[in-house]
Amino acid sequence: MSFTRLLCAAVALAAFAAPIAAPVPALAQSKTVAITAIVQHPALDATRDGVVEALKEAGYVQGQTLKVEYQSAQGNPATAAQIARQFAGSRPDVIVPISTPSAQAVAAATRDIPVVFTAVTDPVSAQMVKSMDKPGANITGLSDMAPVAEHVALIREILPQAKRIGVLYNPGEPNSVVLVKALKDEAAKSGLGVVEASVPKSSDAQPAVRSLVGKADAVYIPLDNTVVSALESVIAVGQQAKLPVFSADTDSVARGAVASIGFDYFQVGKQTGAIVARVLKGEKPGDIPVTLAKGTDLFVNPKSAAAMGVTLPDAVVKRATKVVGQ
Amino acid sequence: MTEIALFGAIEIGLVYALVAIGVYLSFRILDFPDLTVDGSFPLGAAVCAVLLITGVNPWLASLAAALAGAAAGLVTATLNVRFKILHLLASILTMIALFSVNLRVMGRPNVALLMQDTVLTPFYGLGVPDHIVRPLVVGAIVAVVVLLLARFLASEFGLAMRATGVNARMARAQGVDTDAHVYAGIALSNGLTGLAGALFAQTNGFADVTTGIGTIVVGLAAVIVGETVLPARALALALVGCVAGSILYRLAVQLALSADAIGLQASDLNLVTAVLVAVALILPRLKAKASRTTRAAR
Repeated sequence: MSFTRLLCAAVALAAFAAPIAAPVPALAQSKTVAITAIVQHPALDATRDGVVEALKEAGYVQGQTLKVEYQSAQGNPATAAQIARQFAGSRPDVIVPISTPSAQAVAAATRDIPVVFTAVTDPVSAQMVKSMDKPGANITGLSDMAPVAEHVALIREILPQAKRIGVLYNPGEPNSVVLVKALKDEAAKSGLGVVEASVPKSSDAQPAVRSLVGKADAVYIPLDNTVVSALESVIAVGQQAKLPVFSADTDSVARGAVASIGFDYFQVGKQTGAIVARVLKGEKPGDIPVTLAKGTDLFVNPKSAAAMGVTLPDAVVKRATKVVGQ
Repeated sequence: MTEIALFGAIEIGLVYALVAIGVYLSFRILDFPDLTVDGSFPLGAAVCAVLLITGVNPWLASLAAALAGAAAGLVTATLNVRFKILHLLASILTMIALFSVNLRVMGRPNVALLMQDTVLTPFYGLGVPDHIVRPLVVGAIVAVVVLLLARFLASEFGLAMRATGVNARMARAQGVDTDAHVYAGIALSNGLTGLAGALFAQTNGFADVTTGIGTIVVGLAAVIVGETVLPARALALALVGCVAGSILYRLAVQLALSADAIGLQASDLNLVTAVLVAVALILPRLKAKASRTTRAAR
């Protein structure tokens, strides 16, 4: 019986501990930032740590002038929704949702607490913001859209004589459609042409890349599941036809792409934290344009490059984060 | 626990109450362990979301979501009844197939509804705060479902369905078409789950292929917690127990989310939730045992 009573007491204590502990008397200038992610994995955790690091650099030190709350939904969107309601209720100074579902749940839960999302690929189609330049309302953030501009610059640096970039993608993948449009915009800025080849299914990848031989000076593969799953057949054609293949993701470099620039998510977090600091200092989120994350990791594969008839410039190899295929 | 968090937990509890009732139908009434719900929940969300962005009326979209869920249930029932595949396996097959189907339905892994009109839109801005409007509307829908279902289960068809679950051979001997009742029951169960998915998408502003993960666990936990806190013989009360169990489960999650105050980490969430639910299940048993011992001592 005493055990039962003890158990009851413990449950009651657990029930009441939280509300009592919540309103801790804060320091005068102290700010609260509530961070949530859909799951815990290295990239998302690094993003969170980056946010806290950037805030520290901006003068908000955790435990002194900054209180950081962190919740992970453990992969469950219903829990993400509950976390969003919890944050909406505890009214932190800024909420930082990491990943699309967490960001959407937070956006649905509050219309007045400032929100700075991060690691959302396409915030406009996720309906987080009306436009990238003028988010409006209480929301802004950072998109981890592939750094296409940096990819085009990299291709130009490695192949200065290139005139046309061929792109392989599945028109049925919304992400790829967005990336190809971005590629056309960026290529046009540098005076390059873009030749498209569609790959509706993985078995179409090889004929598609063959169709680019002679029409393009380099091949670019966006983050396209269909093409990436048939990457080896594309690489094989690239080596036979001396047609260099570049990828949007760094993982494909180990599989034979010449080079790529991808994200270091700690840096993505730091870029996000800089926006959070601006909001904490009083700027309205709705007035801050959505930022595109800058890629920092450069992966190169000199061996595969040589097989495709390309010599990587020393400058590129020297600043590479990782040299693979040796 | 703040007011917004409390009402948020109640709201999500009410959404999942429909799943709990669905699981009660399949698991308790028909004695059919059905994992299809892990796929029919996001299917409902997907169908509803895609229809909403093409401008279909939200109520019609929710109805279509329920019908899509029911269709998924029929697939499982067909695999089991017609082709004699073990119920557990039949439902797993449907569940994994639905992942691909849901991706096809949406055309991408996530469809946003943050700027779309939903069944809740007409109720916003009537002077009641949003965080209270949502549980009220969802609660009204759940109440209607409970009433209709209680009547259905008391009807001749409903009674035959219950008999099918209790003893299929005896039911057949009494002239009950047990196959028809399995089809109807599993379709109804997944129809309710599809409707829950539609409501989840509308109250949270998105449909995502990952929303289905763990639905069956949440549904089962709600049913069992409900049975523990509201041990009822009457079917109508058992349905109310499902609703109560679902809300209590969400309150436990909410409590677990605040557990960092006692030194726990975000990664401990699932463990804390499980412990709280386990305590809820153990307590009544201990109490009963305690009262028995007291009586014996007298």
